[in-house]
Amino acid sequence: MPAVSKGDGMRGLAVFISDIRNCKSKEAEIKRINKELANIRSKFKGDKALDGYSKKKYVCKLLFIFLLGHDIDFGHMEAVNLLSSNKYTEKQIGYLFISVLVNSNSELIRLINNAIKNDLSSRNPTFMCLALHCIANVGSREMAEAFAGEIPRILVAGDTMDSVKQSAALCLLRLYKTSPDLVLMGEWTSRVVHLLNDQHMGVVTAAISLITCLSQKNPDEFKTCVSLAVSRLSRIVSSASTDLQDYTYYFVPAPWLSCKLLRLLQCYPPPEDGAVKGRLVECLETILNKAQEPPKSKKVQHSNAKNAILFEAISLIIHYDSEPNLLVRACNQLGQFLQHRETNLRYLALESMCTLASSEFSHEAVKTHIETVINALKTERDVSVRQRAADLLYAMCDRSNAKQIVAEMLSYLETADYSIREEMVLKVAILAEKYAVDYSWYVDTILNLIRIAGDYVSEEVWYRVIQIVINRDDVQGYAAKTVFEALQAPACHENMVKVGGYILGEFGNLIAGDPRSSPLVQFNLLHSKFHLCSVPTRALLLSAYIKFINLFPETKSTIQEVLRSDSQIRNSDVELQQRAVEYLKLSSIASTDVLATVLEEMPPFPERESSILAKLKKKKGPGAVSVNELEEGKREGELNGGGERGGDNSAIAASNASTPSPSADLLGLRTGPPVTAAAPSAGSLLVDVFSEAGVNDDGFLSSAPPSVVSEDPAPPLPESNELLNKFVCKNNGVLFENQLLQIGIKSEYRQNLGRMYLFYGNKTSVQFVTFTTTVTCPGELQSHILHIYTCKHMFILAYTCCDKLNVQTKPVEPLIEGGAQVQQVINIECLSDFCDAPLLNIKFRYGGALQNLTLKLPVTINKFFQPTEMASHDFFQRWKQLSQPQQEAQKIFKANHAMDTEVLKAKLLGLGMALLENVDPNPENFVCAGVIQTKAQQVGSLLRLEPNAQAQMYRLTLRSSKDTVSKRLCELLAEQF
Amino acid sequence: MQFMLLFSRQGKLRLQKWYVPLSDTQKKKISREVIQMVLARKPKMCSFLEWRDLKIVYKRYASLYFCCAVEDQENELITLEIIHRYVELLDKYFGSVCELDIIFNFEKAYYILDEFILGGEAQETSKKNVLKAIEQADMLQEEAETPRSVLEEIGLT
Repeated sequence: MPAVSKGDGMRGLAVFISDIRNCKSKEAEIKRINKELANIRSKFKGDKALDGYSKKKYVCKLLFIFLLGHDIDFGHMEAVNLLSSNKYTEKQIGYLFISVLVNSNSELIRLINNAIKNDLSSRNPTFMCLALHCIANVGSREMAEAFAGEIPRILVAGDTMDSVKQSAALCLLRLYKTSPDLVLMGEWTSRVVHLLNDQHMGVVTAAISLITCLSQKNPDEFKTCVSLAVSRLSRIVSSASTDLQDYTYYFVPAPWLSCKLLRLLQCYPPPEDGAVKGRLVECLETILNKAQEPPKSKKVQHSNAKNAILFEAISLIIHYDSEPNLLVRACNQLGQFLQHRETNLRYLALESMCTLASSEFSHEAVKTHIETVINALKTERDVSVRQRAADLLYAMCDRSNAKQIVAEMLSYLETADYSIREEMVLKVAILAEKYAVDYSWYVDTILNLIRIAGDYVSEEVWYRVIQIVINRDDVQGYAAKTVFEALQAPACHENMVKVGGYILGEFGNLIAGDPRSSPLVQFNLLHSKFHLCSVPTRALLLSAYIKFINLFPETKSTIQEVLRSDSQIRNSDVELQQRAVEYLKLSSIASTDVLATVLEEMPPFPERESSILAKLKKKKGPGAVSVNELEEGKREGELNGGGERGGDNSAIAASNASTPSPSADLLGLRTGPPVTAAAPSAGSLLVDVFSEAGVNDDGFLSSAPPSVVSEDPAPPLPESNELLNKFVCKNNGVLFENQLLQIGIKSEYRQNLGRMYLFYGNKTSVQFVTFTTTVTCPGELQSHILHIYTCKHMFILAYTCCDKLNVQTKPVEPLIEGGAQVQQVINIECLSDFCDAPLLNIKFRYGGALQNLTLKLPVTINKFFQPTEMASHDFFQRWKQLSQPQQEAQKIFKANHAMDTEVLKAKLLGLGMALLENVDPNPENFVCAGVIQTKAQQVGSLLRLEPNAQAQMYRLTLRSSKDTVSKRLCELLAEQF
Repeated sequence: MQFMLLFSRQGKLRLQKWYVPLSDTQKKKISREVIQMVLARKPKMCSFLEWRDLKIVYKRYASLYFCCAVEDQENELITLEIIHRYVELLDKYFGSVCELDIIFNFEKAYYILDEFILGGEAQETSKKNVLKAIEQADMLQEEAETPRSVLEEIGLT
């Protein structure tokens, strides 16, 4: 080798790399590598002690060989030796080798940790950084054990150099991710938050990743970061593009930091402090505004950086889901991107809109882009973009556009990429079921699905169509007719034969009147497919045949002949043979009555979550397959436990209605045996799936088109109980909001009196006319509980009187301008205890259409509580006094929210009772006392709440001098925790 | 970020950086799978792919593909610019970088990456600051090596 070396390189290494590159074949490469390995091994074993440089060079060669994909089983010791070299370059190679090749070799770990410890305490920033990088790169538990205590100290020490702080922050993050239990929170945590204020942008950039991760796990401990992050963000967003010098990237100020700040804010709900929130909203608006400005550079880096911030801001807006104005602006911005020439932006816009579609504020706005999205599905050249378009169509689908979307998806399926077909099939099946108004459309859709993409129609899908047909008698005839027609096709998919066999076996009689589909024609049609089918399908067909014998006695001899034929009764498949033998015997010895009982029509299936939905969730669910799980292809089949065979077995087993056999569940899929006796009525079918549609569809806008709205007050919204529950423990907030209208509430109570301010906000730009509101009392109240007054300029205009509450309402202006808000005052007097809340009906015309909606006014009995402080002794004495069984109401229920002590306390205080400390011997429990003030009487109440954190359950006990009060309070409170 | 791969048009891996603990066989399998998937993409297609529960963000620079795998909630565009900033850093350091620079000076490529990204998160996004750190290290290296280089190279390779 020529003995020339430049300062910055290892000539020997360069020569070796060239040699490898010149190798003509894999064999030559391996030969050259083996030669080198032998050489290095002999050097390492040789008598002559190697100097640092040679060690470094050989270690580096080993590293290169390893990175080429070859195994290395020596050299670790030499690399560890390099760590303690005081020459930077040797140390560096040593650390690199360790980072890439370390394995939990115990004796080496000790040596490595020692070397790292020395470097960390060297006070040489370059060495410290090398050591920190190594810890971050290896990130093993052993390293966490050794350094999790030390690194926080380095991070917050006053004299640590900026570059070291940066490395320390991310190093700690890595250790926290591997071993969160070893990174102990402490005094340093509050100081870490303040790194958000650091002058050095690099320190902020590094620290914020750590803070975000810590906040996700311990939100309360880090919540001060919200206001700091907002002010930092605000400074960046409002800075000129040159202010931040090297942190400006293609004219965009600090894009990485901005994104990370916006991401951090997504760990928290919207800021409660009005000023902070205002500032943040301003930032978000500025970011949205900037998107409309002409670009400062034509470079793609400029637009990428700018849009990265924009998308992160939109994520935050979606996360808050509380600023309708911003949501709609975000949606419009994404709408522009849908047609952008950059594929990346179209992709991201489709992706982001998917989440916007699920917000009630922006769902309608997203729907306006339907044509563009359909077009994307048809014309995008990139399958991953088409996939996003399909996802978005699925997300924006509701009853108003389901037919169009399902039709488009079906037609796309004909040419869809294989990779996404199965998922598309599931989506079509779900949408068809969820939004089916008439079930003939549903049946048509699923049969089309089988025709177009039969191979991708999983069992869940065809099981489901059968479940639905069985449970809905209004569609059975249509289904029989349709499958009969579908089976006419010369080549039909086996799944079609299965559905056809099953449905004709059950409901073939419904079309048998037509000579074109007489029993024998039906049978011959099915049997013509028999020989082309797999064993499980043939087994299913045999069951259909025996059902035919029951349905149509005239087919008996033909079918018996088939069963008797050698190809059936001597079939080499045990299952087929057994069925043929048994069915043949059954049909010949059983009387008609017995046969009719055994082969009775399938009972309806119990309702449960659509199994297709469950499958899609599983498919898309986070962590379905992670990098760490390398096992591929979850075998769906296994989950159904011999699924293919069972579809038809159940027909027999369930009809027998004796003991449900395990296979009887196959159509019902996985959960519990079918309940043959207590079958739900056909009307309740699909209830579970429809409930998913939720507020968006049942909101009064879409469900009450102008033509059908009557002038009578609408029934209370389905969600009105939920809205009422929101206000049990608080007095102020937004009562209701939809596309047009927002209703805010402020209320105060004293003794048995209350005053409520309602704020009606017009969210549109068009005025609302003939705006009227009426407060009424529901049944029970009307007769004897509530008094409601409505007065105008102090004159009583309407006076609703009941015995329990007096409610006095000042009417509102009949006209609300676009964007304006009007206020209404309601005075309430509680006369006696009550259960039902008064109803608030609102009517107005918007663009000529009458809007009519009814809500529950959040007036609940607990609003009239006066807190009562008392000592432990008194409490228990009164508790004992209220010992009659009807005075106590108790509920044990599952926690709906995190069991946070502070939150619980806040809610109990909001309830209006006094929260008594040091009363219950168990400090985990809460006890409260208060008196409900009504005009007629005072009702003393005591409460005890016992959380069980392990089981995530509560036991709530209430005792009051009046039984109805205990009961009502218990009902109200059980929804709160 | 969970990992970063640099590979050539022929599918040869030039740099691999893993920010999550995986076994060597897992790493090999993942690299193979991702490389194959990215190489199959046509130009003008979008730079993002869903893969398992991660997102793959990639971009091609001359003969090299730069490819990052990030968590589902990560920002794709900013990841794309992470790649670009890394390319800029390499370019500035090597002086119009090419694939060969990265092959022959792979250890440098790793150092630069460590200065820029640590534990999968951006550590320092200022180009100036990253390069300053690398230059300082190089200075240390030269001081250490100048007196010995001529002597040491003789007879030792």
